[in-house]
Amino acid sequence: MPNYYIQSYIPILMLLAVVILLAVGMLVASYLLGQHRPTREKLTAYECGITPTGDARHRFSVKFYLVAMLFILFDVEVIFLYPWAVIFKELGIFGFVEMLLFLVIVLAGFAYLWKKGALDWTKADSGGL
Amino acid sequence: MQTSDLIRILPEIILAVAGIVVMLLGAFQKQNAGRMHPAIALLGLLGAAGAIAYQYPWRSLDPAFGGMLELDAFSAFFHILFFLVAALVVLSSSEYVAQERLASGEYHALLLFATMGMGLMASSNDLIMIFIGLEISSLASYILVGFRRGVATSSESSLKYFLLGSFATAFLLYGIALMFGATGATNLTEIHLALQAEQNTVTAMASPQLTPLVGPVPTALVGLSIALLFVGFAFKVSAVPFQIWTPDVYQGAPTPVTAFLSTGSKAAAFAVFLRVFMVALEGSAQDWVWLLWVSGLLSMVLGNLAALLQTNIKRMLAYSSIAHAGYILVAFTAHSEEGVAAVMFYLAAYALMNIGAFAVVSHFGNRGERYVEMEHYAGLGYRAPLLAASMTVFLLSLIGIPLTGGFFGKFYIFRAALHADLVWLTVLGVLNSAIAAYYYLRVIVFMYMHPAAEQIPVERVRPAMGFVLIFSMAATFLLGIFPQAVLDFASQAAALLLENLGNGVL
Repeated sequence: MPNYYIQSYIPILMLLAVVILLAVGMLVASYLLGQHRPTREKLTAYECGITPTGDARHRFSVKFYLVAMLFILFDVEVIFLYPWAVIFKELGIFGFVEMLLFLVIVLAGFAYLWKKGALDWTKADSGGL
Repeated sequence: MQTSDLIRILPEIILAVAGIVVMLLGAFQKQNAGRMHPAIALLGLLGAAGAIAYQYPWRSLDPAFGGMLELDAFSAFFHILFFLVAALVVLSSSEYVAQERLASGEYHALLLFATMGMGLMASSNDLIMIFIGLEISSLASYILVGFRRGVATSSESSLKYFLLGSFATAFLLYGIALMFGATGATNLTEIHLALQAEQNTVTAMASPQLTPLVGPVPTALVGLSIALLFVGFAFKVSAVPFQIWTPDVYQGAPTPVTAFLSTGSKAAAFAVFLRVFMVALEGSAQDWVWLLWVSGLLSMVLGNLAALLQTNIKRMLAYSSIAHAGYILVAFTAHSEEGVAAVMFYLAAYALMNIGAFAVVSHFGNRGERYVEMEHYAGLGYRAPLLAASMTVFLLSLIGIPLTGGFFGKFYIFRAALHADLVWLTVLGVLNSAIAAYYYLRVIVFMYMHPAAEQIPVERVRPAMGFVLIFSMAATFLLGIFPQAVLDFASQAAALLLENLGNGVL
């Protein structure tokens, strides 16, 4: 079966093969050629160069999660604004109104979570969120 | 974009606005001032229903947004069903929301958003729109399932539903991507034409102006895509072997939400399931019919056998909902106009009786859903005669006793299956409904013939809940005695849906 569509992926497959070969080759080469003098210090987990302290599995406040999620939401909103700004003139008044509607809806969400106290870091219970 | 486009999604716009208003009211009002929320939600649903009625001859010959949305009779039927389900759930959850001190604003807003997503699903004629609608309704459902935040089982079921649901959605999305890769289209009509053109070239009747592609359609890719789409939809309708999540989620979710999931979400999933498979993939039916056959049979058998063993009513109804998905798949397997009409009728009948049954379960459950075991129902036939009587009606309808909607639902399903020569599947289906009678009757036996070991408190029925029970009982009887009107509507919608597929002008 002639498969014209799959064929266009062949360069990517080739690149993938080269990448795997290169990475494996480098690891194997350094293993074969290099010297091995493991010390206690060398075998510990790497933590930015300083001596690791404590367990990596801490309990984090759920607020980090909340803030990260809100960041993604508003980040994506801004991503929508960029292409819109680029073709703002072509879209004319229609595009303007459309984007205003979008922003109003996002603002409603913003007002909601502000009122709920989701942005208040010091509040003990974020208002039921 | 034209004004007609906006009118096509006016129901969804109204629901979204109502949802946002309720959400903001919930945040800005004082605590426990939530009496307005159900009213606004009902108004929004009424407005959306009005927007559907306004477009009355639902014969969309000019699909909106470049063929992405189509408000045909099929979609109108499902819209009306969703709005009815949502309204009944809003009414029946008024007791529950107050009792469990749920955040009323968010609860009603999420219900409206989920309904809006379901509406989009029913109208969309494009795989991308289907995906968006599915996600809108699913995300709202994930939150609704975990709405009793203090209860571990509720959070557990929410997490399970979310993880498994996202996984299934990934399958669906991959299926969409492969279908686009194979045919170069996401629009269902265009996919149908591309696949049809492929078959035409095989039979040396090429009509190149129909194909959006230059090359031939890779059939292996189409087959894989169909399988992945099937996984995604079968998960949403909780058909075996993708049903594992159902009992846990239905048990842990707040009871009104369970009612919503088992009726509204299931109907929405079946709406897109039908539209994708009967419109876009109709030409390659021989590739997927056996999938439906096997899945339908397994759903009936597994759902019914597992339901026999349950002692928790919500869990029992969850397994019964798997079995009902199986019955519906039997009609789907017929992949005929009659089969589509039977599926639609069954979904309507099932929605009404199931909402009624869950409303009774929710009422008996009392604070914290304490009384949801079978043994708690002992003796209720005498202590709460009206509630028990309505539960009996709903259970008899779930069995499929004549004079109830469930009977004609099953009748049409098996008739459609027989007309499509699915004799074995029909025989097995009828045998299954006989098995099912046992566990539904067991609840009735408990209510009327068992002495109460523990006198569970039964609260007074509030007017909203009373209305839901009377309405769903009346509707169940109406569908069981005069099914013709609804069936005619469903048949016309099915005929319109499949009408123009043969000649390629849709």
